[in-house]
Amino acid sequence: MQRLKFFIPVIAFIALAVLLWRGLYLDTTELPSMLIDKPMPAFALTTVDGRPVSNEDLPDEMFLLNVWGSYCLPCLVEHPTFMRLSEEGEIPVVGVNYRDRQNLAVEWLEDNGDPFAFSILDESGRFGIDLGVYGAPETYLVDADGVIRYRHVSVLDEVVWEEEFLPAIAELQTEY
Amino acid sequence: MFPVVRQHPVRGSLSLLAVLVLLTLLPAAAGAQVDTFEFDTPEQQERFRQLSDELRCPMCQNTNLSGSTGGVAADLRREVHRMIVDGWTDAEIEQFMFERYGDFIFYRPRLRAETILLWFGPLLFLIIGGLVAYSIWRKAGAVEESTTVLDEKQQERLQALLDKDS
Repeated sequence: MQRLKFFIPVIAFIALAVLLWRGLYLDTTELPSMLIDKPMPAFALTTVDGRPVSNEDLPDEMFLLNVWGSYCLPCLVEHPTFMRLSEEGEIPVVGVNYRDRQNLAVEWLEDNGDPFAFSILDESGRFGIDLGVYGAPETYLVDADGVIRYRHVSVLDEVVWEEEFLPAIAELQTEY
Repeated sequence: MFPVVRQHPVRGSLSLLAVLVLLTLLPAAAGAQVDTFEFDTPEQQERFRQLSDELRCPMCQNTNLSGSTGGVAADLRREVHRMIVDGWTDAEIEQFMFERYGDFIFYRPRLRAETILLWFGPLLFLIIGGLVAYSIWRKAGAVEESTTVLDEKQQERLQALLDKDS
């Protein structure tokens, strides 16, 4: 008993040290999404090229929803990954053109290539608020029922695709 | 020749310190973003000010909506304004924000299972500290009160030791 009492401060110290040490390496800039396991918010907007678009136009299969903008440099970094995914038919990608200008968005797609089935034009950022977006780029994994299952904040490159998205997709597929 | 102004080194660093202290006293509101929102009543304007001071910009780590230049903060200020003019209550506006951005959006997070440690953690540590302090204090008291009774033989030996020393 007396021995145990002696070790209590040591154990408390180690517990506190581990907690604080972990805290040093937490990435607090990545917020958890509130929309996980919630359906895609309703929208009735236009695409970047001016067609009306709503929830009914979303793919009937699992797809990626990528929030991008022509002003966004990290979007350019992740762009080749989306080009590959869409060219190889691995998964459909829908874009959300967030807080941008339509002409700049069209120009950006012409210059860099268009990996998106379509891009929802969200000039005001209002649809972004419903999604809980706080800055481009963000990418959501949406299942065949239109339910958001995963969110990744910042660049989605091949490493993130393999280490985060492929396991998440595999897990979802076992549910069906 | 120019007059040479000599500054006392300690005085110089003291006045620098004074300036730094004054800088920290500048009101945080000095960084507030200027929007041209119109309200129907001064009361609505006051609610807007209060909400945008207490809601946190999701993009920035430690800035409220009223102080942030971030894009999403500007959008959220616009939404708060719209909702106030449309007659939403503060609770409804806070619920709207919570559903989209979670507890992070509040500088004063809601009392929920996930935030209970945040709210009562400090109290918990205070109680633990208090208990430890109390047990130490009690032990110290117990030592003071204890009177050891020596038998005759021990008393003799003690006296011998004391005499030897002096």
